[in-house]
Amino acid sequence: MATIHVDGQSYTVNGAHNLLQACLSLGLDIPYFCWHPAMGSVGACRQCAVKQYKNKDDDKGMLVMSCMTPAADQTRIDINDEEAKAFRASVVEWLMINHPHDCPVCEEGGHCHLQDMTVMTGHDRRRYRFRKRTRRNQYLGPFIAHEMNRCITCYRCVRFYNDYAGGTDLGAFGAKDNVYFGRYEEGVLESPFAGNLTEVCPTGVFTDQSHSERYTRKWDLQFAPGICHQCSMGCNTSPGERYGEIRRIENRYHGEVNGYFLCDRGRFGYGYVNRSDRPRLPEWRESPDSEPVSFDVDDALARISDALHHARRVIGIGSPRASLESNHQLEALVGKDNFSNGIEAREQACLALMNNLQRHAGLPAPTPREIESHDAVLVLGEDPVQSAGRLGLSLRQAALARAEALGESIGIPQWNAEALKTLAQDRYHPLFIAWPASTDLDDVAEARYPMGPAQIARLGFAVAHRIDPAAPAAEGLSAEDEQAAGRIAEALMNAERPLVVSGGSLASEAVLEAAGNVARALSRRAKRGGLVLIRREANSTGLALMGGQPLDWALDELAQGNADVLVVLENDLYQRMPAQRVDAALARTDTCIVLDHQRTPTAARANFLLSAASFAESDGTLVNLEGRAQRFFQVYDPVYMRPETRIHESWRWLHALTVNQRGEKAGDITLDTVIAACADAHPVLAGMTGAAPGSHYRIDGLRLAREPHRYSGRTSMRANQDVSEPRVPQDPDSAFAYSMEGYSGYHEPRQQVPFAWAPGWNSPQAWNKFTDEVGGHLRGGDPGVRLIHPVPGQGSYSQPIPGAEGTDGLRALILPRLFGGEETSARATPIQQRTEAPSVILSTDDAHRLEIKAGDTVMLGEGLTLLVLEQADWPTGWAGLPAGLVAGLLQGESITLHKPVGGEP
Amino acid sequence: MSQSVSSQRNSLRYRSRLLQPEAERRPDTHPLTWRLRDDGEVVWLEEYLRKDGYQSVRKALDEGDPQAIIATMKEANVRGRGGAGFSAGLKWSLTLQGGEMPRGYMICNADEMEPGTFKDRLLMEQQPHLLIEGMILGALANNSFYGYVFLRGEYVESARVLNRALEEARKAGWLGADINGSGFDFDIAVHTGAGRYICGEETALINSLEGRRANPRAKPPFPGQSGAWGKPSVVNNVETLCNVPAVILNGADWYQALSGDRTDDGGSKLYGISGPVEKPGLWELPMGTTGGEILDRAGGMRGNRQLKAWLPGGASTGFLLPEHLDLPLDFDTVGKEGSRLGTGLLAMAPQEQSMVALMRNLEEFFARESCGWCTPCRDGLPWTVKLLRALELGQGETGDIELLDKLAADCGPGLTFCAHAPGAAMPLQTALKHFRHEFEQGVSKPRGKAHQDPIPVGEV
Amino acid sequence: MMATTPQTTRIIGSDGFELHPADETAMRKEMAHYEQPQAACIEALKIVQRRYGWVPDGAIGAIARVLGIGPAAVEGVATFYSLIFRQPVGRHVVLVCDSSSCFLTGFDELKQALVSQLGIDYGQTTEDARFTLLPVCCLGACDGAPALMIDDDTYGPVSPDDLPGLLEGYP
Ligand SMILES: Cc1cc2nc3c(=O)[nH]c(=O)nc-3n(C[C@H](O)[C@H](O)[C@H](O)COP(=O)(O)O)c2cc1C
Ligand code: SF4
Ligand code: FES
Repeated sequence: MATIHVDGQSYTVNGAHNLLQACLSLGLDIPYFCWHPAMGSVGACRQCAVKQYKNKDDDKGMLVMSCMTPAADQTRIDINDEEAKAFRASVVEWLMINHPHDCPVCEEGGHCHLQDMTVMTGHDRRRYRFRKRTRRNQYLGPFIAHEMNRCITCYRCVRFYNDYAGGTDLGAFGAKDNVYFGRYEEGVLESPFAGNLTEVCPTGVFTDQSHSERYTRKWDLQFAPGICHQCSMGCNTSPGERYGEIRRIENRYHGEVNGYFLCDRGRFGYGYVNRSDRPRLPEWRESPDSEPVSFDVDDALARISDALHHARRVIGIGSPRASLESNHQLEALVGKDNFSNGIEAREQACLALMNNLQRHAGLPAPTPREIESHDAVLVLGEDPVQSAGRLGLSLRQAALARAEALGESIGIPQWNAEALKTLAQDRYHPLFIAWPASTDLDDVAEARYPMGPAQIARLGFAVAHRIDPAAPAAEGLSAEDEQAAGRIAEALMNAERPLVVSGGSLASEAVLEAAGNVARALSRRAKRGGLVLIRREANSTGLALMGGQPLDWALDELAQGNADVLVVLENDLYQRMPAQRVDAALARTDTCIVLDHQRTPTAARANFLLSAASFAESDGTLVNLEGRAQRFFQVYDPVYMRPETRIHESWRWLHALTVNQRGEKAGDITLDTVIAACADAHPVLAGMTGAAPGSHYRIDGLRLAREPHRYSGRTSMRANQDVSEPRVPQDPDSAFAYSMEGYSGYHEPRQQVPFAWAPGWNSPQAWNKFTDEVGGHLRGGDPGVRLIHPVPGQGSYSQPIPGAEGTDGLRALILPRLFGGEETSARATPIQQRTEAPSVILSTDDAHRLEIKAGDTVMLGEGLTLLVLEQADWPTGWAGLPAGLVAGLLQGESITLHKPVGGEP
Repeated sequence: MSQSVSSQRNSLRYRSRLLQPEAERRPDTHPLTWRLRDDGEVVWLEEYLRKDGYQSVRKALDEGDPQAIIATMKEANVRGRGGAGFSAGLKWSLTLQGGEMPRGYMICNADEMEPGTFKDRLLMEQQPHLLIEGMILGALANNSFYGYVFLRGEYVESARVLNRALEEARKAGWLGADINGSGFDFDIAVHTGAGRYICGEETALINSLEGRRANPRAKPPFPGQSGAWGKPSVVNNVETLCNVPAVILNGADWYQALSGDRTDDGGSKLYGISGPVEKPGLWELPMGTTGGEILDRAGGMRGNRQLKAWLPGGASTGFLLPEHLDLPLDFDTVGKEGSRLGTGLLAMAPQEQSMVALMRNLEEFFARESCGWCTPCRDGLPWTVKLLRALELGQGETGDIELLDKLAADCGPGLTFCAHAPGAAMPLQTALKHFRHEFEQGVSKPRGKAHQDPIPVGEV
Repeated sequence: MMATTPQTTRIIGSDGFELHPADETAMRKEMAHYEQPQAACIEALKIVQRRYGWVPDGAIGAIARVLGIGPAAVEGVATFYSLIFRQPVGRHVVLVCDSSSCFLTGFDELKQALVSQLGIDYGQTTEDARFTLLPVCCLGACDGAPALMIDDDTYGPVSPDDLPGLLEGYP
């Protein structure tokens, strides 16, 4: 803590900050560009100048860059000094010299940091009378549009893309007043975090291309606090809607989970919400081949109730991509004994094991932010960037944080970004990755071990044994692997806070047990470490907590004729199990009722298809990989723009069916009620009620506004349908209003912020106004509630599970992938464009044995042609296949590859 | 190629030279140049050793007290000849050493690109071993394990000479492992640049050495704390380093006395002069020699021209007037006149030279050579260029000169990231001060229509 | 750092550019002078430039692979430094010093003479691909101003009348 004096007032600030950060944290405004709360200071733009005085008696003072000056105790500065103001005005004037002033056609307009800063400094007249410089733009792929004329050369893009996210294809080119930021050659931006450029860039150079075609200004969008449904990380998002469509997703600041950044799957994968083929009305079809018939809600409910009523036994299959509330409501409808959580048995076993380890392995699950302060990391059997997107960025920061540790030893403050970078060079905190294929973290890893699942597990067991000899040893390790285990154990033991990362990607309990043993060993050796376990889907953790039978059980029951009616909640069974098994089950099902927002192969088999809401039209709760229950809220009412639609939250549909079933009159349910019911029924989930305020929450007696107060055109939005403006939809479920009326300020601390805006701050930098200190936590507390708590003690070590490697032939090793590896986002056009061509990775041995080589094509089954990639150190016996390519193919299943018929490809 | 063509080529070929005969240069008064030959041939190792070469290294190694080297250098107050005049000894005393600190780098700044400067080239092209000797001493003092001569790419001849000399020194055991049986290891490589003035700025130089874009680094941390590859590094100018051997051999007092009572700054200096003078050239003279004396040595202005203004030490120093010719050219005195000693190589402008045109040329240089990192320099300097071009063409508008004043002020020390832009500001400020009327003559138009008084923006 | 497998195979750039084996050897030798391979970046570009006169697009990726750094880092360096040419140049590059001392002693006339004799301005190449004309920072030959450099040779003082004979030496 330090006391600083600003414009004659004394304040207490965090002395580890620089003056800019300290002043912004106090709520004082200083304009800036090159500084970014997550990326520190470099002092390039010179916009943040203030007057600093040596002491009380100094009345002359000197201009300094506040971002490059420590907030040392007794620092005296003036922000409002005339000379400082004049200099800051000069800086904006220079930055605007070549700027095209194209705000009216610029997609950054209205949430533009450059606009904000220009207004803040008072620059509104052009004195430069000479010709402007113009540039060419590049094609950068389906996500990002490029307009270099707008560049103000703040260097933030390359600092984020290269230094923070590890990209290598975007750079700063040229010199003097001709610095160009782009790709070294035109083409798709390679980093899976490129989308953050749209928020990092303070002007409109990098904009969201997915938003472009159906563009809407920020002030004309309607928002709600969202939780990304695209993986188990649970990033907080701010989806924006107009005319009944999601138009873009922006980051919603969360001090512990995602900070300022999202991954590109989360940002650009929302397109499935807007698909025109979505079921918007309940449908009925006699048999799988007959045409579907739409009908009304009451009809639908009546007929489905009838079917349920006459059923011998109804089985419900839930889903780890649906909310706790919907799953609970399904369970309530079909009864606990008839409820499956829709997860394949092996995955479910892994999920249960993961929940167990997070309680009993002795190490807590750090938040993603906390991950960044772990100083040695072992990743066992995961490719975090591919399987948990944003998490990979946190792990990268953990490796990079070595720079801060080195800097501390010679007095370089944490915010002095370039100095830390040049000091550390390529010295990182030790990061070890046991994973067969190359990963996006290899460049900061000390080593990657290209192993198959069983070998990875053995390595883990060996590491645990090295850390604590009481942990059982693993048999049959090569000398090389023993050495690796030794090195890893040493690095973990030398660290202050070692971190173990594993997860379900390999569907291997052995790998997880090994990770658990490492965690236990570290814990017994009194290490303050952490254990991060990656789950596959947005609510995998939640469903594993909730319980229920695995999907295999449900299919078996049906196939054996033990039930005749099936209700499937937001789940495409064909993605999870081989088609024959699903077919066999459905063949014996008399009535299949599917609730979904997508037309999946399972939905195509439904007798009744209920038009369910996606995340954008519903509220609910998900549990992320930390065990954090987080609430997402409905962004818009689908009926407002499309009165004919009958889209409802799955939990609402299911509740209605339950009520009908009981023969009661269909009283509506609200979110508060369904949450309470779910929490009641599942004591482990009890904490979920606290994940967000209920519907009665008010600030200053007001609901919270979903729309910015400049929202325009409300009265005419539906004028083509009806000249009389309907009343805005009422929201019985949450404290948010479908309106600009309501609280949207930042003075009152709150957790649930649909969109960040403060006077003078229209860009995402407005989040600074909502945090306790810039880059810190939301003043109202970071949203969400942890449901899983470690139990004291470490539990007992597991015995190494013998691996099942070494069979003849090839087995599938399914590699998670960010683009195309997740079922819903894979339906979004930009994600499809970014998805790589189908391929298979083989070891050189296997390729040789099969007489194929890299670059050839092979066939898997009938229809699928794969490009062969050879990797010298790839584990023999495994065929690396991208996730999401072969529906229903399970990890480790035997496969046969054959050459395409008809000679050479 | 015909005889005449090749002979013309040879006669036009530029050769670095000193305009002082051997007879005038003595070991006790001309530590930098006494060994140079009248024929301008390179003093290779054998001759260098004959002329007391490497004696200081031998002495320092025998004494085995690196801290003593620093103490002597501090006492001698050898001020940096790269232009900033910072005490080399003081700099060395701040280099992190010992404890957990890794050994670092000794870097010679041989990027010589300051307009009007041609001194380091002479030292490298004719007497490479003096620089090598200086670097070894610097390495000893700073516990450096490796050295680089960061040489501008255009100095092809310097590179050739230096590389051969390094090879000689290595063979003779002055470089490499266990130098002269002392147990001290040190070697040097020549790193050649690929253009860009900013590479001479010491931290930009380090970035460039590391194979990055030559943007300067923020200070602190100084190179002595975290320099090349994050290791403690020392950057010194060629001439600075060439002073070290004699200082170590003869002591601080001797060095101080070299300048007599001309100035408080000790030592000798390679002074030079260019522009339209009779005999442009280089001399080793006592520190504090006046501009007048140097102009005299050059035979005065060429063809009866009158001196209008002069830059005392490169394009980034402020203009002085004929009345300043009597001042001793040392760091502090020149500093008091609104200029800087800089590199101590004078550039003379004759009476008929338009100061607006000259300023335009200088600002074109600075704008073009900006690294593009910070805003005032990157975007402010090109604006000054455009305003100066307009004024030169007589197309200036009312307010342009005030705008130049403000631009120059806004590029002052501390306001930009490194000293490049302040280097551009200083000549502009002094030109506007001394020759304002010339700039005013370029204003012919009223202020353009668009430039009405701003209307205040509302509160947000 | 990852233990990277040494690249022994030929390195082929994105547009079919093929790094000459001797150049790759030279680059690897340069890398040995420094703590980190990236430091050899400028030299690697110069090595390519020595062979082709300029740095073709495909060389960027090829150099990046040799040095084990990203292509954008290489391109960032290649476009920063004024003596790395990212466009084809003539057989000889004429660098005219336009800095203050030369400016004070006849640069304007010399430059005009060059422009009229070569028929090209800065950044251009004669039609016979013989000369490219570029400005350069002070050549450190101010006592021989005005100065210019052709390829590796520095000349000064040069008067407009000297030019025809001088240029003749560069066929
Ligand atoms: C833009 C700029 C260019 C510079 N160029 C050179 C140069 O070419 N040679 C040099 O020795 N110093 C140059 N300097 C000064 C160096 O930054 C640094 O002060 C010097 O190398 C330190 O050595 P010294 O203390 O021995 O003078 C330059 C400084 C700036 C700001
Ligand atoms: S002053 Fe100029 S040269 Fe120095 S950092 Fe700023 S832009 Fe670069
Ligand atoms: S924000 Fe401080 S210099 Fe850019």
